[in-house]
Amino acid sequence: MVLKEVRFHGRGGQGAVTSSQVLAIAAFHDGKFTQAFPNFGVERTGAPVESYTRIDDKHINVRSHVYSPAYVIVLDPSLMANVDVTKGLKKDALIIVNSNKTPSELGLKGFDAKSIDITKVALEVIGKPFVNIAALGAFAAMTGEVSIEALNKAIDERFAEKGKIAGLNKEACRVLYEKAKGMK
Amino acid sequence: MKTVIEASEAVALGAKLSRVKVCPMYPITPSTHIPERISDYIFDGEMDAEMIHVESEHSAASALIGSILTGARSFTATSSNGFELMYEILPILSGMRLPAVMAVANRAVAGPINIWNDHSDAVSARDQGWVQFYVESSQECIDTIIQCYKIAEDKNVQMPVMMCLDGFSLTHVFENVDIPEQKQVDSFLPPFKREDILDVKNPKTFGPIGLPDSFMNFKKQQQDAMINAIDVIKKANLDYKKLFGRGYGDGLIELYKMDDAEYAILAMGTICGTAKAKAEELRAKGKKVGVIRLRSYRPFPVEALKKAFKKLTRLAVLDRHISLGSDGPLFTEINAIAPGLDVFGYIAGLGGRDVTLDHMESVYLDLETGKQKREWLM
Repeated sequence: MVLKEVRFHGRGGQGAVTSSQVLAIAAFHDGKFTQAFPNFGVERTGAPVESYTRIDDKHINVRSHVYSPAYVIVLDPSLMANVDVTKGLKKDALIIVNSNKTPSELGLKGFDAKSIDITKVALEVIGKPFVNIAALGAFAAMTGEVSIEALNKAIDERFAEKGKIAGLNKEACRVLYEKAKGMK
Repeated sequence: MKTVIEASEAVALGAKLSRVKVCPMYPITPSTHIPERISDYIFDGEMDAEMIHVESEHSAASALIGSILTGARSFTATSSNGFELMYEILPILSGMRLPAVMAVANRAVAGPINIWNDHSDAVSARDQGWVQFYVESSQECIDTIIQCYKIAEDKNVQMPVMMCLDGFSLTHVFENVDIPEQKQVDSFLPPFKREDILDVKNPKTFGPIGLPDSFMNFKKQQQDAMINAIDVIKKANLDYKKLFGRGYGDGLIELYKMDDAEYAILAMGTICGTAKAKAEELRAKGKKVGVIRLRSYRPFPVEALKKAFKKLTRLAVLDRHISLGSDGPLFTEINAIAPGLDVFGYIAGLGGRDVTLDHMESVYLDLETGKQKREWLM
């Protein structure tokens, strides 16, 4: 495989950094090599945050920021008023947006973009708008870059000390995985 | 055990596996995750050590003197201005020949205030008698911390060692790491034993004055110890490789695609990974390019470097620090040992400015054309 790069857009406190880490741990469980790291700015709750995951089947040498990701995940669509989530995108890159609006309504006409209402599922399953891990269920189904089994394992690992959070996130992932499967 | 962890945790695990007993630490971004993890290990009963919550980095370094003199293997970590606050104590630790080990999460020094990565903190302390390693990956972090104690405590060295890892660019990266088994680490690194210790029943003076009739002799002994460290570093790397299957070049420098290289980039730390990625890409296009990663900045491995330069047409040196009013310190030093070689110097990645694949391509292009276009990789 060629090196795959994923860029997460979220807001401070929304867990985009954790998303990138859980995706990296999941990729590892699939036997891959991986890197996950944040683009650290001045961190404040609510401020736009970017985080990245790299996945390859061999050791990853490059250590610069991610400039032309194959996948973009937008956890909060309201970010798009201030942040260009399409910057540097490869021609065939996929943008996954957490929204109940269509990609063209979101101004993403001309891009390979898919919207899915992650917040709705998170509210139904978790009872809170925790979208960062749930989004990975949709990502797994739409891209096939990571298996749902590996994702479950990674969630268990990352949230081992957080009681039922792991179970709820896994369930939200499963629901979104099923929902997104038809959207591949 | 293979897993995915943050490089900061790899550093902390390195200290834990080395059976460190005392950790005087003061948090500063981006090194803070290291004392946080060590606190966790101690609290959870996984690490039999004492964390001293000192009131400053100056005290952290001072406490290392006391703890090592009681015979306890000791560890600390810092960054940037915290490192600068330690500065007074750094040459005292080396002058007293105390085998301290410190992780430096490299960060620019203020001002302007900047929390991001460059090498201006540690490189500016190159003359303070510490062995200095610059690492590239999380795996290398865990492996190198363990090796640091082996080198520092060697009877022919007995000098403090700092392992420098790029702040954020490495400290905050989660990646694949194979955590060594404690039993194997124990067989590589025996317990720390010190004959001369602080003992109330047998009082001694440590760190007395060195008058003009002896001070210079002490310095000569330190210099000899640093030169001895060259072979000790090589041996530690080799012995470690035999046990764990992993090595980093000859321990001093790591060569990437250098067998028939005509043009090479020489640098320290994570940007070497990015240079390797570009070299791999250019190799596929038939370009004879390579990377020399300097792992041991102090001692400066003159012979190993000279050997690596032999077949080169041109060399680019990337400094992540500038000696204001002069040039990149690494560039200056490489020039001094390679009089016949065409060496281009670049200042790169100051204060977190990203060093990209495009930068590396422009440097390789400069080397090929023989015309240096951008001395500062902005």
